[in-house]
Amino acid sequence: MFSFHKTPRLLASTCCGVILASMPILGAAEPTGYYGYGETPTDEQIAAWDIDVRPDGKGLPEGSGSVDEGMTLFETHCSSCHGAFGEGMGRYPKLAGGEGTLTEDRPEKTVGSYWPYASTLWDYIHRAMPFFAPQSLTDDQVYALTAYVLNLNYIVDADFVANKETLPEVVMPNHDGFTWEDPRPVVNNERCMKDCKEEVTISDSAAGKNLTPSTTGPLDEGITE
Amino acid sequence: MLGKLRRLNQDASKIALEESERLPSEERRRFLRSGLFTAGGAMVGGALAGIAPKALASTQYPPEIPPWTRSLGAGVVTDPYGVPSPFEKDVIRRNVPWLTADEVSSISFTPLQHLKGIITPNGLFFERHHAGRPEIDPQQHRLMIHGLVDRPIILSMEDLQRFPSVSQINFIECPANGGMEWRGAQLNSLQFLHGMVSCAEWTGVRLSTLLQEVGIKPEGKWLLAEGADGAAMTRSIPMEKALDDVIVAYAQNGEALRREQGYPVRLVVPGWEGNTHVKWLRRLEVGDKPWMQREETSKYTDLMPDGTAHGFTWVMEAKSVITSPCPEMPLKNKGIYQIEGLAWSGRGKVKAVDVSVDGGQNWQQAQLREPVMSKSLTRFALEWKWDGNPALLQSRVIDETGYVQPTLAQLKSVRGTNSIYHKNAIQTWKVNGDGSVVNVQLS
Ligand code: HEC
Repeated sequence: MFSFHKTPRLLASTCCGVILASMPILGAAEPTGYYGYGETPTDEQIAAWDIDVRPDGKGLPEGSGSVDEGMTLFETHCSSCHGAFGEGMGRYPKLAGGEGTLTEDRPEKTVGSYWPYASTLWDYIHRAMPFFAPQSLTDDQVYALTAYVLNLNYIVDADFVANKETLPEVVMPNHDGFTWEDPRPVVNNERCMKDCKEEVTISDSAAGKNLTPSTTGPLDEGITE
Repeated sequence: MLGKLRRLNQDASKIALEESERLPSEERRRFLRSGLFTAGGAMVGGALAGIAPKALASTQYPPEIPPWTRSLGAGVVTDPYGVPSPFEKDVIRRNVPWLTADEVSSISFTPLQHLKGIITPNGLFFERHHAGRPEIDPQQHRLMIHGLVDRPIILSMEDLQRFPSVSQINFIECPANGGMEWRGAQLNSLQFLHGMVSCAEWTGVRLSTLLQEVGIKPEGKWLLAEGADGAAMTRSIPMEKALDDVIVAYAQNGEALRREQGYPVRLVVPGWEGNTHVKWLRRLEVGDKPWMQREETSKYTDLMPDGTAHGFTWVMEAKSVITSPCPEMPLKNKGIYQIEGLAWSGRGKVKAVDVSVDGGQNWQQAQLREPVMSKSLTRFALEWKWDGNPALLQSRVIDETGYVQPTLAQLKSVRGTNSIYHKNAIQTWKVNGDGSVVNVQLS
């Protein structure tokens, strides 16, 4: 059984900022199942809700889908918002393109240019798309759409068939573009109190830019970009 | 009379008018002369039309006796669930229509300029939905805890509320708060610049209690939290944080969570990015690795100028902002003002706040208002005599780790202008000679 790890914590009184003794919040570690509330789910129940997929492929179901099948499905279910080639309509997200733009002034972060893992694409389409009918696609359809979006980004060839073996093998172009450790704090401002700088220059002002919706009266609807 | 009043009591001025009709004619003339109503009963001055009373000189000044003193008010349970005075109708959440493609995946901002103290009223707590606000019947809702555990469970909301509860006051801030301003000053409003932070007392079950109940297997190092909304929102949370101060909350400021805040149950992950506080929580899975979900790869990662990105930047670093004066709350005439604002840190308590009136050349330590709590909003104030000249107001928080809130120039020198998230820079308000206040950036 897992032995419970307790973080000792400091309680500070709110009245005078005095630090009281180090006090654990919890009482003695109760054993697993101590309260015994709720029900035990069956394996089928767990499987039905356990929809997450990891980069190593854990969570990917049986089934498969090809780039070709994905193209037809994309046209029907996705292109109205994301564009036939994933170029994005209006303010809906762009799903393809943007390679090499991450250091540019206006980077385009897409599945192809930014996403580090292909598994995320399967997971996200399955859980949240199409936007107005989430979790309405079959597993085969999700495989096909994943294959198509990867192909739109030139990550897989036109004959690619996505399934639980092939998908975890796909290495995304920006796979190495991330650090998964927070480097902050990275800015060290000093607490200077007097004569901290020679001069003060205003570099920009929001005055007259006319981008701010009204903060009195009814909600603004009319403002456009 | 009472029955009649009761029918009319939604509208205080109508009652006042009724009352005036009962008055002897001499008094009635005086009442009407007081200026709130014309003889025909139409409103003068727009109080009914909702113009804030402060915009008008009072017509109910001594020796007048106001109509509300000469009449009966609304009875109890006129509003079985109380609502703010109609005169407060401008104090609402607002959105920036051009910001997002669709209102169901969008943001609304808390009107910080109108709030007092540190608690955000439930109806004004900022909103961020990715697939709209679902309408969930708590009787139907279930929370499943499974994965690398000894004893998976499905809990009803009733089951959940039987566990020992805790209450704690914590802020929640969207890491994109202020994110439109990296390239320059755009919005001229405290509400739209900083209103993606709010603070409430949360009540629920400590996540460690639930994890102890299911028994984590030794290789269980990560937790996936998932929402029941159409986005099925997910975030991976390391076990160390999960066992520290996270709560599975079902109440907010003493009442059930608002639907916008995850009714009937949400995660509260003190001090961390708002997005990790998964709303409409339906599932907690224990695993041995993070899941690398869309919201922790495509979104909520910080792009640096060299093209690499930082992921898992969960903590909301210390930040402060002056809430009065601000663009919505200009100064009037010269004289003494209390400069007030809010400060907070995701790493613990606020230790001090300094205020500058000359664009950061000189600073004075402000007074912190009690209570000062960890990972909570903290209110500060500094008395200032405005001489009528232009001024550049700033606030700078120092948290208990010694971290000093950075300037925008310092942040940009490290992060460039494309990281969207975690812009916790010092805000500058320019006070003009006429007392108006403008959002500016300094070089
Ligand atoms: C009605 C418009 C609409 C349709 C149709 C639609 N989407 Fe989306 N899609 C969106 C919106 C809006 C978002 C962003 C959601 C958010 O804000 O969290 C999105 C996000 C995405 C993303 C993540 C983008 C990123 O960079 O993070 C992917 C991938 C995606 N959609 C794929 C699809 C696929 C595949 C389909 C067809 C099955 C589809 N979408 C259909 C509107 C739509």
